[in-house]
Amino acid sequence: MPHIILFTLIVVAGTGGELCVSRAMKVVGEAPSLRPTEVAKVVLRALRVPWMWLGGGMMAVAFFALLGALSIYDVSFVVPVTALSYVAGAFGGVVFLREHVSLQRWLGVALVAIGVTLVFLGKN
Amino acid sequence: MNQKREEERFLVYSSDLTDIAYKMTTCLQSGGSRTKLMTTKKPPHLKTYLLIAVMVIAGPLGNVLLGKGMKHVGELPIWPPLQLLHTGLNIFTSVSIWSGIASLVTFFVAYMLVLSWADYSFVQPASSLAYGIVALLGYLMLGERVSPLRWTGIAVICLGVFVVGRTNPRTTGQV
Repeated sequence: MPHIILFTLIVVAGTGGELCVSRAMKVVGEAPSLRPTEVAKVVLRALRVPWMWLGGGMMAVAFFALLGALSIYDVSFVVPVTALSYVAGAFGGVVFLREHVSLQRWLGVALVAIGVTLVFLGKN
Repeated sequence: MNQKREEERFLVYSSDLTDIAYKMTTCLQSGGSRTKLMTTKKPPHLKTYLLIAVMVIAGPLGNVLLGKGMKHVGELPIWPPLQLLHTGLNIFTSVSIWSGIASLVTFFVAYMLVLSWADYSFVQPASSLAYGIVALLGYLMLGERVSPLRWTGIAVICLGVFVVGRTNPRTTGQV
């Protein structure tokens, strides 16, 4: 199935984009207050972080890959498969951001993986 | 002095629209991998349920409309470049695609709004319903055939996303 590339892009570019944006925001730091001027400053600072642009680009790629997948497959097939981003997110968080992932979260991630497998098996 | 600043900050927190932008940049973009624990806990209000309902309808509806638009556009030849331009024009002149994008934006705004006062671990499990609803809408609006095995898979995915959402998101270094 050559279109597996589209799903890989949706999940990997989507999750990667979120991780990049998350990383960028860690560089930027918290807004000192929530006044519009302060928030605007934070946004401007965020735009100067390369991670932010990388993240935004990856999210755009993921969106177009989603459009591509929807042109071929059923919505009721594509959207459940994109839940794989929970699996990618957990692994990405551990590997790239060294985050702690709880046992219960792993359990949920495992259930998502099983569900996606079933959706694939029940393709037609 | 500090106390006063904190109070002022809390007031702005609960009412100002900029809060949404703030939340968007700090926690939502992470898609759950980095989330901020809410420090205030209140029982969920009617508007919380209302906005969650909007989320759970608008998100799947957006995806279904995108699907409808893309099915209408058909195969996507992207080579040579002129053909890519033509395909792009076909996609972005489609009413369904723009309705889908509008619906997804509605979903996103509702998500921001509700997260500006409700706990992530309360909102996220509710949004797991979206995976079931997208299949239901695909079946009803686009006449997709959903096999029993696919329904089962979708149900397991909903359960999994629910379990993931129930876990308390933790931030490193700050609470």
